[in-house]
Amino acid sequence: MTAADAGIENMRSALRRDARRRTAAALLLTLPLLAFLLFTFIVPIGALLLRAVDNPEIARALPGTIAALRGWDRESRPPAAAYAAIVADLQALREQSDAGTLARRLNTEVGGARSLVMNTWRALPLPATTDAAQVHAQLIGIDPRWDEPWIWQAIAKNGSRLTPDYLLAAVDLRRTVEGSVESVDADRSAFRRILMRTFSIAAIVTVLCLLLAYPLAWWLSTMTARRANALLIVVLVPFWTSILVRMAAWIVLLQSGGIVNQSLAAAGLIDRPLALLFNRTGVVIAMVHILLPFMVLPLYSVMKGIPRDYVRAAVSLGSHPLAAFVRVYVPQTYAGVAAGSLLVFILGIGYYVTPALLGGPEDQMLSYSVAQYANVHLDWGMACALGGVLLTATLLLYAIYRRLARMEPALA
Amino acid sequence: MNIAESPLVRFSGVHKSYDGSTLAVRALDLDVRRGEFLTLLGPSGSGKTTTLMMLAGFETPSGGEILFDGKPITRTPPHRRNFGMVFQNYALFPHLTVGDNVAYPLTVRRVAAHERASRVAAALEMVRLGGMAARRPDQLSGGQRQRVALARALVFDPAIVLMDEPLGALDKQLREHMQMELKDLHRRLGVTFVYVTHDQSEALALSDRVAVFNDGALQQVDTADRLYEEPANRFVAGFVGDNTALDGRIAAVQPEFAEVALDCNATLRGRLVGSAVSGAAVQVAIRPERIALRDTTRPNSIGATVEDIVYLGDHVRVRCIVDEKTTAVVKQPIAAGPPPAIGARTHLEFPAEHVRIYA
Ligand SMILES: Nc1ncnc2c1ncn2[C@@H]1O[C@H](COP(=O)(O)OP(=O)(O)OP(=O)(O)O)[C@@H](O)[C@H]1O
Ligand SMILES: [Mg+2]
Repeated sequence: MTAADAGIENMRSALRRDARRRTAAALLLTLPLLAFLLFTFIVPIGALLLRAVDNPEIARALPGTIAALRGWDRESRPPAAAYAAIVADLQALREQSDAGTLARRLNTEVGGARSLVMNTWRALPLPATTDAAQVHAQLIGIDPRWDEPWIWQAIAKNGSRLTPDYLLAAVDLRRTVEGSVESVDADRSAFRRILMRTFSIAAIVTVLCLLLAYPLAWWLSTMTARRANALLIVVLVPFWTSILVRMAAWIVLLQSGGIVNQSLAAAGLIDRPLALLFNRTGVVIAMVHILLPFMVLPLYSVMKGIPRDYVRAAVSLGSHPLAAFVRVYVPQTYAGVAAGSLLVFILGIGYYVTPALLGGPEDQMLSYSVAQYANVHLDWGMACALGGVLLTATLLLYAIYRRLARMEPALA
Repeated sequence: MNIAESPLVRFSGVHKSYDGSTLAVRALDLDVRRGEFLTLLGPSGSGKTTTLMMLAGFETPSGGEILFDGKPITRTPPHRRNFGMVFQNYALFPHLTVGDNVAYPLTVRRVAAHERASRVAAALEMVRLGGMAARRPDQLSGGQRQRVALARALVFDPAIVLMDEPLGALDKQLREHMQMELKDLHRRLGVTFVYVTHDQSEALALSDRVAVFNDGALQQVDTADRLYEEPANRFVAGFVGDNTALDGRIAAVQPEFAEVALDCNATLRGRLVGSAVSGAAVQVAIRPERIALRDTTRPNSIGATVEDIVYLGDHVRVRCIVDEKTTAVVKQPIAAGPPPAIGARTHLEFPAEHVRIYA
């Protein structure tokens, strides 16, 4: 190594030291925020993701049965030990609520499981015996369905504490009895359709917001700061009103006897009222209204920083003003377009109240299903799995944005 | 009048108002000659940029006509004028590379790709940025950006190049360096340059002719030396170069010359600019380096006391008190001998042919 190489090596390590010191300082400064994020954000999300794969009920209630079913081929009759094991396991459940939890969980797997489990539990305890065949006979005596394979399959399939079933169900997949993954029947599949609907509504809203916000932001950016600020406040008014109030206002405006339909009819443009409420149109209109500021603000802040000289320069170089706008101005706003679209889309795919109040049954988005599973079915696993799908979609979008930003510095 | 002599651009009675009440540019008659380097010089707000923008087509005159090559262009949109333009902040398109920036006017004109490449390369070579085509503008220094902007404004062979304070953002040394490059470029290419600045030394250093503006009105258009030696009015005398000015009234008018009774009770003879009658209030103006310091009284001299002396390397600047209201500044070359002591009594001799009397 020559002296010059050594010098460069020294310089490099000095630079690295310097970078490390700066990283440490940054870490120290952001520590309170990181701690806050950890407890309000990362831990809850972690819990949510855990819930999506958590499957404790059966494993906790029927440990003996699961051990007895290990190695069973899931088609032939279950081993004789399984009958004795399930009687022992059920007898060990002291409280009715414990049995109820198990019964409800099994019922989500196969219909009829609830009554089977509860009937059996109530009939316990059985007269003591050590003969396996006798235990079997007693069990069949309580409920002959113990001779059918489905209940055993359901137990065997959920023997593990963790399950991919909720996540699979969230994208309309399921595990077969043998453990392979397949799509659910077309007539029972729902979530993929809801997911696509969620994305398509969010995409439509994003595009409409962009189309409305771009000229507005441009117009604002050509004004003096004072006037622009005054008008921005008007744009921001939606931020300051409660979302329910705004929804109620839209219901008043959009109903068949509402202002919009009345004015259109008065103007002679329509002779029957347009259906603007409890369908896709109403949902999109209201969502655009709510999300518009999230598009206007990033666009405006980017456009404000672009001097007029750029377009003038392009025009002086021979570009038609429109071509100059498209070729020189628009590319410089990509950062704002990307940031605004990302924001609106991500917020849009999480929408719940607006479709619930202004949409029909065919306009409900994924969050509605999350709420259904959490509030109505009390199925937290399914609710969390659907939440996980939303989260994954969001992260995926963000990753794409970052990748684009790295390739195109104008976006960063 | 043959083609070579006819002006390339003519402003004819042009005025411009932004608000309908005040005039940013008034009654402008100005010719830009073929191939010259014309600078618009004036204090802030005097209408230089407005004039340039009207020429570029970004502002429409409120009245009057602008002719290019004898044809009116007042209503031609800017993108059809084929004028190159350099902005103060360079206005290089940040999303394009240096090469694409320079190629922009050529793509607009649908120049074939191979020709475009060679012309871009030549233009970058011309401003000595040969290897920089692939860089982005934010990877260049201020002076390099300036040169890219120049290359972009020149690459499509514009009929005229307009520049609005293009060196304003550079530090002094770089600015002086770029001035030389600009001048050199102008000489090599022979393209007509119209240049805006409020820096008079820049104007004098660069230009074939300088148009001095004040308050929206054109004051004088002349070569640098005539502007300095023969300012047309008080404003130009005071704005361009250093000036010692004394107030007084006309005592006697002679052919071309006049005698002025100064407010400080002395009489000076000088060249009368314009016309004035006896008794009219006038201003006597002279360049500080034309005043001579004398020990004894001379014809056309006034007595004064040395107040302050500043040593400036090649000359000393002597500030003299004539009376409590009047001071006069004298530039004395070092070679002319040692300066007088502070507080000494001296006599300021004003050679009559360099004294100018403004009504
Ligand atoms: N877009 C505009 N709207 C209204 N008034 C303007 C506008 N542009 C310029 N003015 C006014 O017109 C007058 C001349 O301005 P101009 O920009 O031509 O001056 P300038 O000589 O270029 O000054 P500077 O050296 O400061 O650039 C000024 O009083 C200015 O306030
Ligand atoms: Mg200006």
